[in-house]
Amino acid sequence: MTREREVIMTRERAVTLTRIAWIAGFVVLLEAVCRLHLVNPLTLIPPSEMATTLWGMLASGEIAGDIARTFSTVAIAVVLAVAIGFTLGVAIHALPRVRQGLDPLLASYYSIPTFVFYPLFVAIFGLNSVPLIVLGMAFGVPAMILATLNGLDRVPRVLMRTARSYRLGRLATLAHVVMPSALPYLLTGVKLALAYAFIGIIAGEFILADAGLGHAIAYAYDGFENRTMYALMLFVLVVVTGLNMTLHAWEGRLMRRRARA
Amino acid sequence: MAVVALSADPRGMPAQTREVHAALRGVTRVYGRLAALGPLDLDLVKGEFFSVVGPSGCGKSTLLDVLSGLGRPNAGSVTFEGAPVAGVPDGVGIVFQEDASFPWLTVADNVAFGLRRAGTDPAEIARRVDYALGFMGLTDFAGAYPAQLSGGMRQRVCIARTLVTQPRLILLDEPFGALDQQTRLLMGDELLRLWRETGATVLLITHALDEAAMLSDRIGVMSSRPGRFIEIVETGWPRERDSRIVAEERFGHVTARLWSHLREESLKAIGKKSVP
Repeated sequence: MTREREVIMTRERAVTLTRIAWIAGFVVLLEAVCRLHLVNPLTLIPPSEMATTLWGMLASGEIAGDIARTFSTVAIAVVLAVAIGFTLGVAIHALPRVRQGLDPLLASYYSIPTFVFYPLFVAIFGLNSVPLIVLGMAFGVPAMILATLNGLDRVPRVLMRTARSYRLGRLATLAHVVMPSALPYLLTGVKLALAYAFIGIIAGEFILADAGLGHAIAYAYDGFENRTMYALMLFVLVVVTGLNMTLHAWEGRLMRRRARA
Repeated sequence: MAVVALSADPRGMPAQTREVHAALRGVTRVYGRLAALGPLDLDLVKGEFFSVVGPSGCGKSTLLDVLSGLGRPNAGSVTFEGAPVAGVPDGVGIVFQEDASFPWLTVADNVAFGLRRAGTDPAEIARRVDYALGFMGLTDFAGAYPAQLSGGMRQRVCIARTLVTQPRLILLDEPFGALDQQTRLLMGDELLRLWRETGATVLLITHALDEAAMLSDRIGVMSSRPGRFIEIVETGWPRERDSRIVAEERFGHVTARLWSHLREESLKAIGKKSVP
């Protein structure tokens, strides 16, 4: 079995290296295209310049305020989306009739372009973080509900019976059996909630806001500040990818631990 | 020729000098319009090894559910140590047929699960878990996750997890059903050792006649649905025994006796008439 594990590990490492090679290749290609002036420098700047500009902006602290604003908004939206989505998921799971009624609504929810409600949110809550938080949660909550339902559906019946055989109450069963069993699925919900929060909030800032990374990108775009705009875009890309990969790695570790030999 | 002692009373009433540990009286279980079990009576004698055999779908697992308090009978009464059963009573441990190990916990944490939930003193938990791991031959795997173990090893983890809570009545629902024949025989030996050393009463549900014949003091043969006991077979084995008794002549008689009843019932269960 150790030998099998080794083989799997080697294969995984090879896949990771290939992935990195693809990204590196793309960056090099982009750099070459820009340096050889195959595209207009006013349209696209070389990745190396994006990186050096970003480094300068981070070092000077000029975007610290925007970063803090966007990240705190995203953090609040994710925590709320996960908490509300999980609670609703547990409640809906316990009420099969309610679930039957809600299922088609949850399934078709994603066809609603939530952004059209953004002006309404601003009108109701004012031009501050609240409408952005609502926008950030709008997709995260249903994603978390669906992930919770999926996770709870997959708790093996025998584990629930085991919990009863140890005379565990409802809360103890939830904490010590249901939650750990559903954790990999819940994590998928968290991952989606995080991605949706970034999309919703940065896009919202882009449309209408007084600060934040989305606002800074829009501001740079309007002022033809290509270097700033691309540097900020690079920053968002790196942070979001990094966070998602961390969660993905954690998810993978949980799954591997559980994969039956 | 060896004698297979048969209880004259189909309810399986044991000799009066022996103490009744758990009892079912007039128990029935109905699922919708389907009568699954009974009416059925059973007295489990304190410290005995009792097995239940019967055709598929005869309500063996329902019997375990009702006796353990995981399920409620529609009629009749269930008592454990003289008290009515409502929910799984303290002192009852259950081992299920399916793999019930918690995949997110190490072997040692799995085994400690019940004790931690009951708030047992940590030093006492460590002592008992060490003993149970040693007893089930799992000491070297204490830090492993169930996914790293074979099916037989995972079932040992589940048995160890039940063992540490020091149950006085151990209920096993076809615990070796998914294992190969050799592993089953060896696991049977371990189960006998566990039974002898703990002094617990054991009720084993099984579909394997040889397993029942090898392990048990008494074997209840159930009819096809709705399941009732049509006979209780006493094996008369000494308390000190192991899988080597399969070589004894008497083992063949016990198994044949079980099959003579079960053949008829199994044919009924699959909707065929008895063939002479």
